[in-house]
Amino acid sequence: MAYSATVGQTAYRFPDLKTLLARATPARSGDQLAGLAASSDTERVAARIALADLPLKTFLSEALVPYETDEVTRLIMDSHDAGAFAPVASFTVGQWRDWLLSDAATSDALSALAPGLTPEMVAAVSKLMRNQDLITVGRKARVVTAFRTTIGLPGRLSVRLQPNHPTDDPKAIAASILDGLMYGSGDATIGINPATDSVGRCLELLSMIDDLRRRFDVPVQSCVLAHVTTLIQVMERGGPVDLVFQSIAGSQAANRSFGIDLSILNEAHQAATSLKRGTVGQNVMYFETGQGSALSAEAHHGLDQQTMEVRAYAVARAFDPLLVNTVVGFIGPEYLYDGKQIIRAGLEDHCCGKLLGLPMGVDVCYTNHAEADQDDMDTLLTLLGVAGCSYIMGVPGADDVMLSYQSTSFHDANYVRGVLGLRPAPEFEAWLTRMGVMDAGGRVRPALAAGSGARRLIDGVTT
Amino acid sequence: MSDGFDSWSNLRRFTPARIALGRAGDALPLARLLEFQAAHALARDAVHQPFDADGLADTLADHPTLLVRSQAPDRATYLQRPDLGRRLHADDLALLSGMRCQGQGPKKSYDAVIVLADGLSARALHDHGKALVDELLPRLAGWDIAPLILARQARVALGDDVAAALNAAIVVMLIGERPGLTAADSIGAYLTFRPRPGLTRDAERNCVSNIRPDGYAPALAADLIAWLMSQARRLKLTGIGLKQDRPPELPGA
Repeated sequence: MAYSATVGQTAYRFPDLKTLLARATPARSGDQLAGLAASSDTERVAARIALADLPLKTFLSEALVPYETDEVTRLIMDSHDAGAFAPVASFTVGQWRDWLLSDAATSDALSALAPGLTPEMVAAVSKLMRNQDLITVGRKARVVTAFRTTIGLPGRLSVRLQPNHPTDDPKAIAASILDGLMYGSGDATIGINPATDSVGRCLELLSMIDDLRRRFDVPVQSCVLAHVTTLIQVMERGGPVDLVFQSIAGSQAANRSFGIDLSILNEAHQAATSLKRGTVGQNVMYFETGQGSALSAEAHHGLDQQTMEVRAYAVARAFDPLLVNTVVGFIGPEYLYDGKQIIRAGLEDHCCGKLLGLPMGVDVCYTNHAEADQDDMDTLLTLLGVAGCSYIMGVPGADDVMLSYQSTSFHDANYVRGVLGLRPAPEFEAWLTRMGVMDAGGRVRPALAAGSGARRLIDGVTT
Repeated sequence: MSDGFDSWSNLRRFTPARIALGRAGDALPLARLLEFQAAHALARDAVHQPFDADGLADTLADHPTLLVRSQAPDRATYLQRPDLGRRLHADDLALLSGMRCQGQGPKKSYDAVIVLADGLSARALHDHGKALVDELLPRLAGWDIAPLILARQARVALGDDVAAALNAAIVVMLIGERPGLTAADSIGAYLTFRPRPGLTRDAERNCVSNIRPDGYAPALAADLIAWLMSQARRLKLTGIGLKQDRPPELPGA
């Protein structure tokens, strides 16, 4: 079915639904690379006008990626909850946008609605939202998950401590972990990107963190972000696996390019759940996504990169993850060209993930070949803090010496917590206070007197 | 303003990561901020530095070399069009395909081809390309290796076109990695067994990253690359089916 709208003197026609979605998307380099972007600002607005009148339920009858050949589409369609969808079933996409911003769309209403939403509906409505709309709706949609800490409570912002090292040297990684803990980071997870995908090295690193956690009674969960098949082998060898990580994307073919499918994720999820290592919850999966990954694998099926990104969230929600984050500026300028595009995408991904019921964090980041710098990251970080983002990354000095990109630092986390009055996860906050890392005013100011908890921690790692 | 590091700054000797930076309130001390900005400027400049392929070929004069181009004509196009950087220029594809026919027999083939590519840091190849090749080739005694290929405006998958044109069983792509702040001179090595141009997926490759004197030292990296090559030849695959667990690392093995 074709769609049309007129802006000024010009009538625009869009031959099908995926073209309509692509043309309505705010400008970005990845859609231009794919040949899907609107050719002018007026065409873009015309697409939005046409999209606003589309009945929301259209997405339940028209699959953008074929049901027969794509297991992600089958997952989306087969797990759709018609009862949860009922309150918005009669809306157009435009009416739903207004409803999402209305007082009727409370946090509870959004939680109840989530199982009734498909990624395509959520992507569509986000294209009709300004940045402030994405912030308002993202803030209302609350998602709480737990393992040894509780992530996503109102007024809280957690941090993944990311202590990477170019050769996975355990001593170097331990040094970065200590640094992060002393700056109040680590309550989302202590998560290491390994330089090489090795079962032996995974075991070594996980055991090192587990020892530290037990010695100092730290309420954290660890993760080595190796391939899911590697983590399955680590679990088979009895390794202390808290969280299983995997990069995921929005189509079967894109996931195959990562060497995964839904059944291998299911196997890993069951294996990690059976270990029962959580204390306050049992969410055991950690997923990363990012706009452009499907196109990069030439597995985007002619869809715009933001719609494909939201389809990845449907994969994530099938496994009740503790953490999901978009690595928004990592993939490079061919997908998100500059600070403006990265900021927009970060707000979209956060809002869309939360609407689908995911514990959404954002790796606020950029590469050295993108037109972006720390000023852009400060802007996005602050906006995400306002939007109620579940967690961000904490990288020493914002400089990841293994992955060669810039993210947010431990200092950045304390900046945004400080200016917005956000606090760490409650279990971790209590530990920081007990250890004297956090002062009575809730600021991270380690008390280093002899005998203090912070001093014991430093001495424990340095000797 | 304070220049002071944190009291655990003795740990800085263990890692190039920016730890124990000290604080001005919750923020960075200005000295640390300016260090970061200087490193970012250096990395940005490395991205845009042109590849001196002729100069590199001169340093590799002991070995036959061949210069090829991708379909990306310049740096600006290269950065925004990765699809063009993955494909060999038509003239160079014809050149390599023709070369394969000039051997003794009608269908020359090779055990492996090594490609040195600018990627996102030509500087990495300028600084460490020769050292890595000098470490790697002696570890490949008995292998029939094609002439070294130097590739301009190239992405990893360009090696697939090269291997197919030369009928090489394994391609080893030594490519300048995206510059980071601490290192703007890292080489990444991507190994692919029997690549299929346009079809090979990332999960079918093995990667050794951060190759530079202060990261994964060229001699150690060459050990791992040569080991992966021998495993790839034995197992007839690369990628997630080839775990990078070398025997000494296996507990109990």
